[in-house]
Amino acid sequence: MATQLPPVDAVMVGFGWTGAILGQQLCDAGLNVVALERGVWRDTPTDFATTFAQDELRYMWRHHLFQNVAYDTLTIRNNVNQDALPMRRLGSFLLGTGVGGAGVHWNAQIWRFLESDLKAYSHNLKRYGKAAVSAYDMTVQDYPVSWDEIEPYYDAFDKLCGTSGKAGNLSGKIQEGGNRFEGPRSAEYPNPPMAMPYGPTLFAKAAIEKGYQAFPHPSGNVSRPYTNPLGAQLGQCTYCGFCEKFGCGNYSKATAQTTILPYLLMKPNFTLRTESEVLKVETTADGKRATGVTYVNSAGEEFFQPAEIVVLSAYVLQNVRLMLLSKIGKPYDPKSGAGLVGKNYAYQTMGSVNVFFEEKIMNPFIGAGALATVVDEFNGDNFDHSGLGFIGGGYIAQMHTGGRPIEMIYTPPGTPAWGADWKKAAARNYLRAVNLSCHGSVMAHRGNYLDLDPTYRDSFGRPMLRMTFDFTDNELKMSRHLVDKAAEIGLAMEGVSTVKKNYRTGSWSVLPYQTTHNTGGTIMGDNPTNSVVNKYSQSWDVPNLFVTGAGAFPQNAGYNPTGTVAALTYLAADGIKSQYLKKAGPLVVA
Amino acid sequence: MSDGEISRRKLLLGGAMVGAAVVTGAAVHDGELGMPSQTIKGALPWREGAADAPPIATGTDYRFFTAAEQAFIEPAIERLIPPDDTGPSAMQSNVHVFLDRQLAGPYGRGDHFFLGGPWPKGTPEQGYQSRFSPAQLYRAAIPAVESYAKSQHDGKSFRELAAPDQDAVLKALESGEAKLEAADGKGFFAMLLQNTLEGYFSDPIYGGNKDMAAWKMIGFPGAHYDYREWVGRHGERVPYPPVSIQGRPGWSES
Repeated sequence: MATQLPPVDAVMVGFGWTGAILGQQLCDAGLNVVALERGVWRDTPTDFATTFAQDELRYMWRHHLFQNVAYDTLTIRNNVNQDALPMRRLGSFLLGTGVGGAGVHWNAQIWRFLESDLKAYSHNLKRYGKAAVSAYDMTVQDYPVSWDEIEPYYDAFDKLCGTSGKAGNLSGKIQEGGNRFEGPRSAEYPNPPMAMPYGPTLFAKAAIEKGYQAFPHPSGNVSRPYTNPLGAQLGQCTYCGFCEKFGCGNYSKATAQTTILPYLLMKPNFTLRTESEVLKVETTADGKRATGVTYVNSAGEEFFQPAEIVVLSAYVLQNVRLMLLSKIGKPYDPKSGAGLVGKNYAYQTMGSVNVFFEEKIMNPFIGAGALATVVDEFNGDNFDHSGLGFIGGGYIAQMHTGGRPIEMIYTPPGTPAWGADWKKAAARNYLRAVNLSCHGSVMAHRGNYLDLDPTYRDSFGRPMLRMTFDFTDNELKMSRHLVDKAAEIGLAMEGVSTVKKNYRTGSWSVLPYQTTHNTGGTIMGDNPTNSVVNKYSQSWDVPNLFVTGAGAFPQNAGYNPTGTVAALTYLAADGIKSQYLKKAGPLVVA
Repeated sequence: MSDGEISRRKLLLGGAMVGAAVVTGAAVHDGELGMPSQTIKGALPWREGAADAPPIATGTDYRFFTAAEQAFIEPAIERLIPPDDTGPSAMQSNVHVFLDRQLAGPYGRGDHFFLGGPWPKGTPEQGYQSRFSPAQLYRAAIPAVESYAKSQHDGKSFRELAAPDQDAVLKALESGEAKLEAADGKGFFAMLLQNTLEGYFSDPIYGGNKDMAAWKMIGFPGAHYDYREWVGRHGERVPYPPVSIQGRPGWSES
């Protein structure tokens, strides 16, 4: 029997980036907020101090900061004709856990989507016709948010993080040195770009000679000391090369820990409970109102936390599963196309090009998570797709995230994976190679979705989430196009000896690591027939339930998702504060 | 934070610091369920002396591998990374010690693996689908590889083979051509190669990468913390000798 706790204004399930943002916003509006996090408390000096943070084995390969699949994993398959089997070890994506979520071990690559990304259906329909948006069983649709609506919230996140970069479009005026394709910004980045090592410098030079723009990657590893609007202070990045898959010991990477928690945890109207796993969102008998959540602590005690507002602020995959386990909304069925929860699961299509130099020393270990120069000519609809057979795109970047040697030694084409020749090539090329990342979109397709697994169960006896996903030719053609363009730039880099193209081919596979950018399943739209939530991340079915995160993406763009995830969370917070608190009920009438 | 939790963390870390925790795996393992739930309100929790420092491997004796397993592992990893003028071999780098400590510890037991059933054969895209933990896979696969080697090479054990024949056995495992009796040979080879690279290039605190010689070979400065003055010095070699999480020999002089 669950112990009944005193009611609160809002309960949040999961305490990573979106939980911290929404918690801060709602507490500042005077609400009494409880956050439930199933993982442990984590902070910089205790859990990733500079004295031991630079440890490739422990964090990357032994998954020290990641979700432990022994307790909870998901099942995976490429299509409905296969039996889904458990992801027995993390690989393609590295799920987070604990306070700060996956935002603890992210690279802090802070992007905004293009205006055309937000209108992926109507924009492509208008420019390329019906076939372009319906080929490959595509189920692409528009975000219910315009650029002008979302821009202030992108700006708020930049100011929170101290994003370091160079604007390319300030209020409609194109800026030299920035990304001229981006939507108009209301303000310059809060901090100047990061200093660039050799590789990104040579890449930018080659790209410009080829007639492209090249600009510094927007970075949540800050280029100088910064104090954000909440009074939290970040230190200048030291380029140690341990961001992605690691915690930052230097307070240089924007995370919930470095930007929000020092402020939020001091508020008397905020409470965080760790090691508290939510089993279910409880609803009234008619299913139209959430009454709170049932959770279990690590001693196995069960509690019911009543709340006026329930927020699913866990990771995408967990939010979708809790919707399904709580029987909220109708599960998506790929055969009939009916139902919405779990629909339009999407991902990222990653390709790359390794560039090898004759003699130049590149010092790959001088790195930071978002340390790169970028070419954006082949992203979204920044280029004419006529006759190419795909929509979407991605950016090409010379990423200098680090030179961690178990993961990041590139060897030339034809090098064996072991033995004397491998060793010779590794010793020769470690300092003389860089990687061009081709970070591509994934459109929504009818057969890609999330539901509950019929066979496998987690440590609480609940069905695991089942992921059914594969790349279609739309993604594979797009990625091939990006890799070919990247290789042309790579071959034009000064001092290059050869390049190796790493195309994305075949079916999606659990290995190797690609990216932790899982999207969709609780998609947003302009009415209840095409979406799970409205533009304020509010459930159409249960208006006092909000679902944050990249689950809202109708399909994924060619950029990293966190900037848009954060912006949509600020939009949700504004909807709650300015409308919902005055009159509880649906914020959009459709 | 309850007093109970503080004392548990201190106790566990105390164990880790004297090095006894390595094999028993008693190091604090954050991200795991099973620590007491905390209620955090009105303060940022912080406690002195509670850092989640890594466990340190000690000694160079064998604690996991049996004598028969040693007779396979030593020559096998020496073929994966052989001795030559380029740099140290796997054995010279104590990769065998690293493997032994890893398999005797949490990794060997399948920490951060889901090993529950059922266990039907999956597609290659579905990745690792064995019910074995890494330690169980090594234990099952090594005798099976020895049987395979004997069946292909006149009853000779792996250690007795000439280097080209050893390579042939390893390549047959790598490609999946060698069908083993009790284990997935291809999966085992992939794990052995990955673990060997880990032992060669990971921080020496884990027992391998002796003298940081593998880092010296490629030019990686290790757990160095600040490159600000080097970001803009394009094409110059960074002159710092490698440093481990435990420091480096030069630090204790002066």
